[in-house]
Amino acid sequence: MTSRKLWRFHGGVHPPFHKEESNQLASEFAGIPAQLVIPMQQHIGEAAEAVVKAGDKVYKGQKIAVADHHGISANIHAPTSGKISAIEERVLPHPSGLPGLCIVLDSDGKDDWGDCKLTPYSDYQNTEVSELLQRIRESGIVGLGGAAFPTAVKVSGSLNKAVSTLIINGAECEPYITCDDRLMRERSAEIIEGIKILQYMIDPQECLIGIEDNKPEAIEAMSKACETEENIEVVTIPTIYPSGGEKQLIKILTGKEVPAGGLPLDIGILGQNVATVYSIYQAVVKGIPLISRLLTVTGNGIQRPQNFEVLNGTPISYLAERAGGYTKMAEYLIMGGPMMGFALRDDHIPVVKASNCTLFVSSTVLNESNSAYPDQPTLPCIRCGKCMDACPLNLLPQQLYWHIRARDFERAESHNLKDCIECGACSYVCPSHIPLVNYYRFAKGEIREQTETQEKARRARQRHEFLEFRKAREKREREEKRAAHKAALQKKKQAAAKARAATNGAAGDASDSKADAIKAAMQRVKAKKQARAQQAKKQTKEQTKPTKDAPGINK
Amino acid sequence: MLQVLLALIPGTLVMTYFFGWGILFNIVLSVFFAVSLEALALLIRKRPVLVFLGDFSAIVTGWLFALSLPPLIPWWIVLVGIFFAIIIAKQLYGGLGYNPFNPAMVGFAVLIISFPLEMGLWLKATSFAEQSFGFIDSLRIVFGANMSPDWDAITMPTPLDAVKTGLLTGMDYTEIVRKSRYLSDSFSNTWMWSGLAFAAGGIWLLYKKIIHWQIPVALLLSLLFFSVVFHLYSPQHYASPVLHMLSGATMLGAFFIATDPVSASTTPLGKLIYGAGIGVFIYIIRVWGSYPDAMAFSVLIMNMAVPMIDYYTQPRVLGHKRKVDL
Amino acid sequence: MIAAILVLTGLALLFGLILGYASVRFKVEGDPIADKIDSLLPQTQCGQCGYPGCRPYAEALAKGEAPINLCPPGGETTMLALADLLDVEPLELDEEANKQPEVPEVAFIIEEDCIGCTLCIQACPVDAIVGSAKHIHTVIESECTGCKLCLPPCPVDCIIMKPLKISPNNWKWKPPHSIEKDYPVIPSSTESELEESV
Repeated sequence: MTSRKLWRFHGGVHPPFHKEESNQLASEFAGIPAQLVIPMQQHIGEAAEAVVKAGDKVYKGQKIAVADHHGISANIHAPTSGKISAIEERVLPHPSGLPGLCIVLDSDGKDDWGDCKLTPYSDYQNTEVSELLQRIRESGIVGLGGAAFPTAVKVSGSLNKAVSTLIINGAECEPYITCDDRLMRERSAEIIEGIKILQYMIDPQECLIGIEDNKPEAIEAMSKACETEENIEVVTIPTIYPSGGEKQLIKILTGKEVPAGGLPLDIGILGQNVATVYSIYQAVVKGIPLISRLLTVTGNGIQRPQNFEVLNGTPISYLAERAGGYTKMAEYLIMGGPMMGFALRDDHIPVVKASNCTLFVSSTVLNESNSAYPDQPTLPCIRCGKCMDACPLNLLPQQLYWHIRARDFERAESHNLKDCIECGACSYVCPSHIPLVNYYRFAKGEIREQTETQEKARRARQRHEFLEFRKAREKREREEKRAAHKAALQKKKQAAAKARAATNGAAGDASDSKADAIKAAMQRVKAKKQARAQQAKKQTKEQTKPTKDAPGINK
Repeated sequence: MLQVLLALIPGTLVMTYFFGWGILFNIVLSVFFAVSLEALALLIRKRPVLVFLGDFSAIVTGWLFALSLPPLIPWWIVLVGIFFAIIIAKQLYGGLGYNPFNPAMVGFAVLIISFPLEMGLWLKATSFAEQSFGFIDSLRIVFGANMSPDWDAITMPTPLDAVKTGLLTGMDYTEIVRKSRYLSDSFSNTWMWSGLAFAAGGIWLLYKKIIHWQIPVALLLSLLFFSVVFHLYSPQHYASPVLHMLSGATMLGAFFIATDPVSASTTPLGKLIYGAGIGVFIYIIRVWGSYPDAMAFSVLIMNMAVPMIDYYTQPRVLGHKRKVDL
Repeated sequence: MIAAILVLTGLALLFGLILGYASVRFKVEGDPIADKIDSLLPQTQCGQCGYPGCRPYAEALAKGEAPINLCPPGGETTMLALADLLDVEPLELDEEANKQPEVPEVAFIIEEDCIGCTLCIQACPVDAIVGSAKHIHTVIESECTGCKLCLPPCPVDCIIMKPLKISPNNWKWKPPHSIEKDYPVIPSSTESELEESV
């Protein structure tokens, strides 16, 4: 820990920490629930595709879903051994509450790895970087800070670029969440090892671990673990929300700003969350794919707030039970923290790779942390500007609010709505309790839909124009064909007439004979018809004559 | 809003001390009318009355409006002014948060144009004990119709008023100062004390972070700059900066009126421009305009410019190279 | 007096010349207003406006021959946008004729019943149906505009309209609760539309 120069970002707020509730106890393993529900989509990009079917028996760590080849995706592995009971639609931990395809795994309690553990790399320093990258990809590691971007893609993108700074995010700025804190206190050596793996792969000039100063024990543990490392440095940063946002942390530690719409890699920086780095260690050194993580169960709605090591796909109800059950004050279940989390409807929903906290709270506590869940009435905006003071990106939340209310999404976009990270600092300070972040989320969805509709309309117009063109072309071709046919016929007739006229004498017999032959044929047919008619007349006469020889008729 | 009311108390007390009960009557009447009219408007608009009254914005409007009125002004004039302030300038635009113009200043502007005589009748500022009118007498004047006192005997022009008329009649500034009861001796410049009291309240608001520093500082600096420049250029024809800064509604306006968040600019740079603009207009109207004091008109003029100021002064967003492309 | 008249007449002539020259020199080819109108229309090509497609309706609007409230898939938003562009008063949309489904719908062919007659293929204005004679037809979901022109021609009635599946990828946040929602005053028609969408 040195006294490095630190920068500040604009704005930021200081909500009460609420960390002591859950960071006093060591983390414990949550256990193996009877049934695990594992969504196919728990990362940014394309959903994974299941490679097992109902009835299959799986081992712990077995790959049960593969990354989609057509884009950015990640593998998913069985968190424990058991039998696949179904692959069906279950409610996802998503703010929409919509269902998605999930693999439902009934655990058998044996927790048997079988032969599915990957081979540990004993000496990664002498392994090909591409092999390590493949191991990260194979293990289905995604960004565990919340974004769930497949880490292999992120790291591979940086292999050929000069990375000057590797930033490890241990800030954990959101109130209530303490899983990264406990991870750093308990497994600091492993985290440092994971960092070294990344350093070997990417070769940055320096590596900085940013930790907020309200976690002194974590700072101490991490500093001790990297004492002997020259290139790794633990930097204590002042506690302010949202210093854990990637752009904000980069600004604090390096003073550089990620260009709008760009990536940190554009300025030579790669950022990873401590939990992601720990998973890299587990995958490379222990051969364990991403099947569990630390998660904070906290809030005044749960009896014993604490941190658990949780298997992917554990239902939240199982965790709540393990934490002693609900208190009377449990009114809301929030996935995530009070500032950026979203409410879930019931507790059978499973946790996924990116879940870092389940928060059980009463509405009064939530009101104080984030007025975006108001039981208090929203008052009109008095244009006080507190939201503008708080915004970590220096946006104008007030103007965005007014424009979105007027449904003027173009103006909102011109005020840089796209740069909003939805941190909730503006809603937190609003004295009129306006749920500002909800406006921005709503506007982003509307803009996305509008763009899609416009794109679809453009394609429809194109197809329609082509249809008209095609029909016109077909018509034209038909006309041409007919005209050509007609012309050809005309030509033939003319040629025939000409030929007849030209060869009137010599070939006159030939053509005459042709005409004569036709005439003769016609006369023959005529004669045949007459004969047939006469025959028919004769027959009818005979039939009407009465005959003595046919007594049967008269009887 | 409650903090704003608390910050107004020192200034109000000083003014009451010098001008008598009339000040308090104005405030009570004004606040009463403001709250009642707002409640009436909310009822008509089917809004929840108590919720909206509970933010004290009507009380603040009424109080500020009252402080800009001369004492002993008839009650019905107060009613007319408050009606324009609350109903026309605030509720008809949509209520709290929707008004583009500062309501108290709209009310004041309407009154000063419609009733210039009554609005110019400021009493002699004497100490409380020497007040011409006691409590009951003041009541009678305010509410009674015929009890018009001999205004000529008891009123005195305000310092700005004296300066203006004096300069117009060709007097030198030093002469005006000597002749004026207020300005001859700075300790008897009672107006100065009320200006300082309001400034103290304003500084307390700054400390409590109720208002941003940009508007008061920009307003005062620009006014100071102009008054210093012109006074240095021609001390005989232009009033001293101290007079400009401490007299009239300068301090009240800088800290309480111009900082009204609903009608002021929102961006930090925009606030500076807004405050500076108000300062410039105050100086222009005071020196070359027809009115002795100019706070209301300056604020209203700059209110009109706020949307444009906001649009062109958007701050630089993290990750963008310079200010937003417009 | 004479001088004033002469000066003003001279100025008028001068500006008239400048404007005439500009109208010839800077003339824009084509009918750009029709293009602008067409870009506002939803391109469903359904023909509910009475014109055979969106482009003919756009051209009729440009000539001023058609009212702006004939487009049901465009709905209120399109009508208001057209009013804005053409500088005319917004018109009432016919409630009944303009009933649009909540979620966008696409056509779906029940393949067991399809007889391969190609009548629907001929009817589709954007060529969103794949198939040929005596082969089963199917709708390309991503290109279908929901115009419903394929439903009447099908002799075995095997085409139905299905709502687009909402998944977490295309789900939208609802408009947030605002104080105005609790106390609607005189709602404009856009306000009441927003009310329903919440």
